Amino acid sequence: MSPSRSIVNEKVLMRGSHVIAESAIRAGCRFYAGYPITPQNEFTEYMASAMAGLEDGTFIQAESEIAAINMVIGASMAGARAMTSSSSPGISLKQEGISFLAAQELPAVIVNTMRGGPGMGNIAPSQGDYFQATRGGGHGDYRTIVLAPGGGQELADLTGRAFDYADRYRTPVVILADGMMGQMMEPVVLHKAADPAELPPKPWKLSGAAGRPSRYIRSLLLDIAQEEERNWKLARKYDNITREIPRAESYLTEDAHLVVVACGTAARIAKGAIKRVREIGLKVGLFRPITLWPYPKRALCELSRSVREYLVFEMNTGQMVEDVKLSLEGRGNVHFYGRPGGSVATPDEVAKVVNSLYHRQRLEEES
Amino acid sequence: MEKKVFERPRYLKKASTHYCPGCGHSILHRLVAEVIGELGIGERTIGVPPAGCAVLAYDYIDVDMGEAPHGRGAALATGIKRVLPDRIVFSYQGDGDIAAIGTAETIHAANRGERITVIFVNNGCYGMTGGQMAPTTVTGQLSTTTPGGRVPLRDGYPVDLSEMLAVAKGTVYIERTSVTSPKNILRTKRAITKAFRTQIDGLGFSLVEVLSPCPTNWKLSPVEAARWAEETMTKTYPLKVIKDLTGTPGQDGN
Repeated sequence: MSPSRSIVNEKVLMRGSHVIAESAIRAGCRFYAGYPITPQNEFTEYMASAMAGLEDGTFIQAESEIAAINMVIGASMAGARAMTSSSSPGISLKQEGISFLAAQELPAVIVNTMRGGPGMGNIAPSQGDYFQATRGGGHGDYRTIVLAPGGGQELADLTGRAFDYADRYRTPVVILADGMMGQMMEPVVLHKAADPAELPPKPWKLSGAAGRPSRYIRSLLLDIAQEEERNWKLARKYDNITREIPRAESYLTEDAHLVVVACGTAARIAKGAIKRVREIGLKVGLFRPITLWPYPKRALCELSRSVREYLVFEMNTGQMVEDVKLSLEGRGNVHFYGRPGGSVATPDEVAKVVNSLYHRQRLEEES
Repeated sequence: MEKKVFERPRYLKKASTHYCPGCGHSILHRLVAEVIGELGIGERTIGVPPAGCAVLAYDYIDVDMGEAPHGRGAALATGIKRVLPDRIVFSYQGDGDIAAIGTAETIHAANRGERITVIFVNNGCYGMTGGQMAPTTVTGQLSTTTPGGRVPLRDGYPVDLSEMLAVAKGTVYIERTSVTSPKNILRTKRAITKAFRTQIDGLGFSLVEVLSPCPTNWKLSPVEAARWAEETMTKTYPLKVIKDLTGTPGQDGN
């Protein structure tokens, strides 16, 4: 199941969860701790075999989600590219640790293969954790970078980028996937393995105070002025991130009267719907945010010069729709269609919704 | 010629601690710093302070330190040690941290035989939060949440974490000591030395539980608190080597 790490520049057929795991290892991830949870066990199992084959690799099946994220904190403090993964309920348990990673300015990558919720929910694909991921998720005033791959090749591309962002900004990065994306087999071209010597140096890491003064990594700041300053420091970092990395895909938006906004698996379904309605002459496009935090506000705003009607399609009851409204600031009519709880709409179903909205808004009269 | 007979250990920072008069933490910090210096491991040691009064240990002990969320010291130390196996990694944890909210992390790190050393400070209460009942609070002991004294069938029995850990096959050396008298302080130092040696030799998990007075929350004077720890706490938590598979002589030469 594991392609030889010498395979580069050629297409291999792989399951989505394996693509993320293999890409993480090629990006230099050498520490993984995780806990069994469906629908992402293939990820953890892949890491178990892959790390066993690496002299400097560590895999730990942790006693809990909480232990796993704290092992990642320790590994990150020690300078490793470190990762954990889980699915929705497990990610809730990790939130304290993610808050510590943000406060202690430690890089790490966390994969959430979202499932239906709330509570135990089910094991079907969902986007119910959008708010949790994009609003920090744990306690305190912080954000995490959130990447939403569309599947296939992007799983490989964004995984490498997640580790780069984590190191560059010293902050946790969340890859938001779902059960369908994790299971689907698709052709991908894997990236070549990173040269450990070329990974970013970490002059802040804990390694033992040999030939230098001792240092510590903490999050407790009892002094209110210091804590306020730390919050502002994080805020400045988040401003830089917001300026530097927003990313989105626009598909058939040039002539569109209606744009569907969707991410991840929902965007793939929407793409299918758009192909269908284009066949009957409706001018509909897709805007697909790839970074969910920071949200690609500017790109969406630019669309509003030519587009008035938006349909936000999500696998939940309406979460990202708030970011769309915040981005447009009234420069468009925002409609919503959602299927929560693990229901996956078909392209035909979304096409019907698009078609009906298109005619209700009399968009056919515009061209 | 003058001879220096007492000085600040190399790995203890020049700082006044925030600890209350009669608290065991300052003595214990000093012992840890002394042992690190004597073993010559100060440049390759990484400590993990807990949530609780000792969270500021990084202000006092002069080695690299990484603060853990409440109870997660053993998991965090595991992450550090697995990435840097040739470093010496210790966590410093209170009783509420290690034996209540962090029980799972501690037991499983011990069971995996992680090559880490744990300094477990048992003062029978949650000190920093104001003296609530801890898992280790002894039967009948007053606390802010057991105002009439701890009643086992209502509040639970005192948890003897060290004995529980001794059952785990990954643990190699576990000893319970105290810092209530010069004799016990010296025993504690020998135990900490042995615990670090256990790790240096790569044998497995080592832990020293230290009974430590908390005069402020026990509402006793420092002298009374030390006496209470010696006379009352030791009835539930006797001072002894609980497990020693190191194959080296113990405290009393046996």
